[in-house]
Parts: sequence; structure tokens; C-alpha cells
Amino acid sequence: MNILLRGIGVLTAVGAVTLLAFSLPSGVAHGDGGGDVMPRLTHKNWQQECASCHLAYSPALLPRASWQRLMGGLDNHFGDNASLDPATQADILRFLEANAADSGTSQIGSRVMRRMEAKDAPLRITETRWFVGKHDEVPRSAWSRKSVGSAANCAACHSKAEQGMFDDDSVRIPK
Amino acid sequence: MIKPLALTMLALMSTSVASADTPATLMAHFAQQAGSPVSALSAARGETLYRSEHPGRAGTSVSCASCHTANPKQPGRTRVNKRIEPLAPAANPQRFTDAAKVEKWFRRNCQDVLQRECSAQEKGDFIAWLSQLK
Repeated sequence: MNILLRGIGVLTAVGAVTLLAFSLPSGVAHGDGGGDVMPRLTHKNWQQECASCHLAYSPALLPRASWQRLMGGLDNHFGDNASLDPATQADILRFLEANAADSGTSQIGSRVMRRMEAKDAPLRITETRWFVGKHDEVPRSAWSRKSVGSAANCAACHSKAEQGMFDDDSVRIPK
Repeated sequence: MIKPLALTMLALMSTSVASADTPATLMAHFAQQAGSPVSALSAARGETLYRSEHPGRAGTSVSCASCHTANPKQPGRTRVNKRIEPLAPAANPQRFTDAAKVEKWFRRNCQDVLQRECSAQEKGDFIAWLSQLK
């Protein structure tokens, strides 16, 4: 009797914890970047090097094969020379691979992968079906506004992009 | 009495370690590489290099000033609109204090603007001009 009750008690507790874990607003409790929050990551070279020209885009937004292609072609990085010394390049690639969309380390990555063919390795985040779907309400004309510049400029509209927050509430499309 | 002195010494030592390079040491380095005395570097040639326009992508022209603006004491913008801190040491003392960083950006940007590497003399001239801006 006692054992049975205790068993029920344990099961209930486990059930409650499980329910709680799955009902929490994603990204808040575990910080793995559920919802519209990028995984919280720190990596000195990634932040220093990538972010000297543009936002340090989250590795969770492209699969490993994409990052390998991209880091292998820094001499012509979308028309610019972004070459690095070999040690720094290898260090950043390791970090990107470990946290890539298909590394299974983040919810946002899984969402990106859900809409990607296994053989796909796009070079641009803006080419992923996930990105296109997320931005289908943005008028085409907004992307080319001078205040935006290009679709690579997340922070033009996402006021908290630098902090990795991309929720709808913090979006303001400039005129 | 001794403590403040020791602290000052320590501060001086750590500053000299943190920023081993200065515009002057880099100019000396590039002049030596070019096989000429530092006095042969030319701020005027540096300015010409900075402002000269070259054929860029899609029929446009490109110069250093395209991103760093006509006034290098002002912040610039990268091609995707991110802020670039001013290039002139008068406005940004961090500039030309790290040889590896200086070489990295000359390598990249000379390729992008001139479609070739810059010579040691050009690099020296460039710093000579920027570092004398008040």
C-alpha cells in the first residue's frame, strides 16, 4: 500500500516536471534558443571576426555542410575578401559545426532542418525555406530601403538582434 | 609611498605589452620592408591611395572612402550597414596598434578595392597620412 502510494507519488512528480518542461515558453528556461531566440553562445573568434562586418549570425541557422562551404570560400565571401589565417578559420569552423542547424543542439536548428532537404547546403541564411517562411509578410520593397540596405542587416528591423532576440514584438521595419 | 610607484610601473609595463605596435612602429616596419627610410613615406600619396576610385562591382566604382567615408575621422559602414569605427587614430586610438590586424585588413581590402595586394610602401604611406590627421 505504502509502496504503491509512493510509486504513484513519484510518477505524478515526474509527470508534473515533464509537463512543466514542455509547457514552458521555449527558449526561456533552457536558453538553447527555442522560439525566436538564438542559442546563447560565446566564442571569441566567431564574435570578433564574423561580427566585424556583420551580425555574428547564429550557427543554428545553417547546416554543417553550409558552414564548411562558406568557411572554405572566405577569399570571395559574397564578393568580399574575408580571408582569415588558417588557425582562426579552423577554430571558427569547429565552433560552427558543433552548433550547426543539424547538430541537434537547438530547437531553432531543428526547425531550420525540418524545412531543408538533406542534400541542401545553402550559403545564404536568407535562402533557407525557414527564413523565407518567417519573412513572408515583409513587403518586397522593404528589403531594398536605404535604411535597411540588405537582408543581411538583421538589426535594421530586429531591434534586439545583437542580443539574439528575434521575436515579433521587437520588430520595427524602418521607413 | 612604494605602492603607488610599483602600481605605476606595473601599469606602464602592461600597457607596453598590450599595445606593442603604434602607427610609428608600423610605418618604420613598412618602410624597412620597402627598403626606404621612414622619411621617404608620403602622407600625400597615402591620401591619394585612400581617395582613388577603382572599378567595382556592377559598374560602380569603389575606393577606401566607399566604406570609411570621405572623412576617416568619421565612422563608416560595411556593405551590410554595420558601423565601422573611425580609421584615423585621432578619432580612434585603437587603430594601428596591432600588426596582425593591420595586415589582415590590408590583405582583404586592397584585394577588394585594388584587385591586388598593396605594396609595403603603399601601406606605409597610408598610415603616414591617417596618423597625421588632427
